[in-house]
Amino acid sequence: MKKKFLGVVLSVAMVASLLAGCGDKKEDKPDDSQTTEAPTDEAEGDATDAPEGDGSAASGEQIYVGIINNNPNESGYRTANDKDLKEKFSEANGYKAEFAYGEKNEEQIASAQTMIQNGVDYLILSAAGTAGWETVLQDAKDNGVKVILFDRTIDAPEDLYEASIVSDMDAEGKTAVDWLATQDLESFKIVHIQGQMGSAAQVGRTGALQSKVDAEDNWEIVVQQTADWDATKAQEIVQSVIDSKQEFNVIYAENDNMADGAVKALDKNGITHGANGDVIIMGFDTNKFALEAVLAGEWNYDGQCNPFQAKYIEEVIQKLEAGETLSEKTIVMQEKGFSHEDITEEDVAEYGY
Amino acid sequence: MGNTKSNRSIALFGSMKQLIIPVAALAVLILFNLIADPSFFRIGIEQNNAGNPVLSGNLISILDYGSELAILAIGMTIVTAATGGQDISIGSAIAIAGAVILRILCGTESAPETMKAPIIVAFLVACVVSMFFGAFNGMLVSVFKIQPMVATLILFTAGRSIAAWINSNRLPIVNEVEFTYFGGNIPGIALPTPFFIAVACVIIIALVLKFTNLGLYTQAVGINAKSSRLNGINPTFIKFLSFVILGLCVAVAGLIKVSRVSSINYSTIAKDIEMDAILAVALGGNALSGGKFSMTASILGAYVIQFLTTTLYKFKVPSNALPAYKAIVVIILVVLSAPVVREKLSSFWKKIRVSKKEAS
Repeated sequence: MKKKFLGVVLSVAMVASLLAGCGDKKEDKPDDSQTTEAPTDEAEGDATDAPEGDGSAASGEQIYVGIINNNPNESGYRTANDKDLKEKFSEANGYKAEFAYGEKNEEQIASAQTMIQNGVDYLILSAAGTAGWETVLQDAKDNGVKVILFDRTIDAPEDLYEASIVSDMDAEGKTAVDWLATQDLESFKIVHIQGQMGSAAQVGRTGALQSKVDAEDNWEIVVQQTADWDATKAQEIVQSVIDSKQEFNVIYAENDNMADGAVKALDKNGITHGANGDVIIMGFDTNKFALEAVLAGEWNYDGQCNPFQAKYIEEVIQKLEAGETLSEKTIVMQEKGFSHEDITEEDVAEYGY
Repeated sequence: MGNTKSNRSIALFGSMKQLIIPVAALAVLILFNLIADPSFFRIGIEQNNAGNPVLSGNLISILDYGSELAILAIGMTIVTAATGGQDISIGSAIAIAGAVILRILCGTESAPETMKAPIIVAFLVACVVSMFFGAFNGMLVSVFKIQPMVATLILFTAGRSIAAWINSNRLPIVNEVEFTYFGGNIPGIALPTPFFIAVACVIIIALVLKFTNLGLYTQAVGINAKSSRLNGINPTFIKFLSFVILGLCVAVAGLIKVSRVSSINYSTIAKDIEMDAILAVALGGNALSGGKFSMTASILGAYVIQFLTTTLYKFKVPSNALPAYKAIVVIILVVLSAPVVREKLSSFWKKIRVSKKEAS
């Protein structure tokens, strides 16, 4: 009996702690929308946004947006993305926002249907998977809900959504490869650590490097392996390259975590890297730690993948509210690359997360 | 008495028959590497960037990166033996243990200049938390009699979110060098620390199995829970205990994992490691349906898996093809251990022997 009781107590405690977790997250929202915080957040964005936001709030009409995103725990990128959206679509800025998260398409589609029934004005969506959205988006259209896609595209007819705000992964890769080409090396012997195979980021960033390697005689990929975005796995892969005594002078990792893991392997084996080292380190996603490493000269390059998309989404909404038509459906965000030659402390503060 | 005790420890740690499978697998891998490229076995001394001498080479890497798996294999073997099922939540549980360690070391900051607490405190708290989650799994399995794989599916699903919640979605970074010792090298010692940690764990479990009845009771419960209860063993407690022990192994593995990169990524840390741990137990020739077990064989199995991984990396096999190679190993194991095949094999051996005798 005693043990059974203990069992019940333990499981209740577990459930309670889970609920507490959920509770915390829900409480975040009102916090974010506190009027005292909003103006400082707004200052970061476009200066022109503020009056517009205030205007719609003053007229007493809140814009009701439903935002469906991926799991914010997925990566630092997603966490920053979610935070940015929550700050922008706050009550202080004239929005009534509803958030839903899903790692699977089915979950997200279910949330979308609920939101359409709740009567949102805009459905803002970062789809987990590309397929299966047509029915629900048609529903949205029939109910007069305007759909804006961000971060990820879907396989659906263009007339089902108003705009799609995306990162151009090919361009990110090309910016990085173009920078690498400016480096004064006799030959480029590259250890290429890929992200999860088939993801848009992996395909874009691999594609740019691959086409350059195919085109140039003195470019060579020594090892090409996927580490599934994981630092430890990247460390293990680079260690195996070192163990088998293969020569290399560039590490092209498709995200910051993997570049970090690679650097740890180099450190362990006494191989110098960075601005004054033997091996060039390249990463992506502009995590704060990565930009700091570039600033310190430990890494050479970090490419941006912009998580701050709320600004672009709001621009689209403002245009649609004003009755303007958008010149283009697909809006590609400006993304930069930072190298140890030109990075500044301001860049770290502004773009790191 | 003394005699039975030593017999028992021989049964647990040195059953030679069971060692045949992992040793044979190891021999195949060694032979393959010797033929394909003997330089695989080269070991050299290098200076790391901190100026300390370290050993390097594929063999060292195997000892290094196989350690977490070996530690987890210890716990997984006991769980398997006691419950006849496997814990599939250990990857998620490692994320939780790692998150707890970083939460204690970094407080609420993302990258503090100094650690907020000694590493030992962080590690002990992680041990307690991991054992608690182990106890949760154990409770579901032993008291509520839920299938282990189904019971641990709960933590498998929720674990990584819990880990993220512990640090309110931050990805903390530890800046102090001391913290890297656990997943790297202690200055002046050329062998990687994870290997020493694994050895310590092996010694501890060897002593526990030698001087307590844990091994005997676990096997008794695994073979027949009802009759073991009639003999005065409490099967509920033994099953529960096995998950708590695995929880402790998870905390140790978690420390090594986060120490390797001084940081954490909740969704990718120790991903799919549960399957490797189960494979290590299977490769050790242990019945996945519970009962008798050989700890040595499981641990050897873990290093064989790492040997396979390192070999495939060395020959530039794409790492997303690794699971396919592991699947081949599983297929061979499963087929070999199937009763039908065993019968056929033994009758085949007998025939050969008989025909040899006749010939002579």
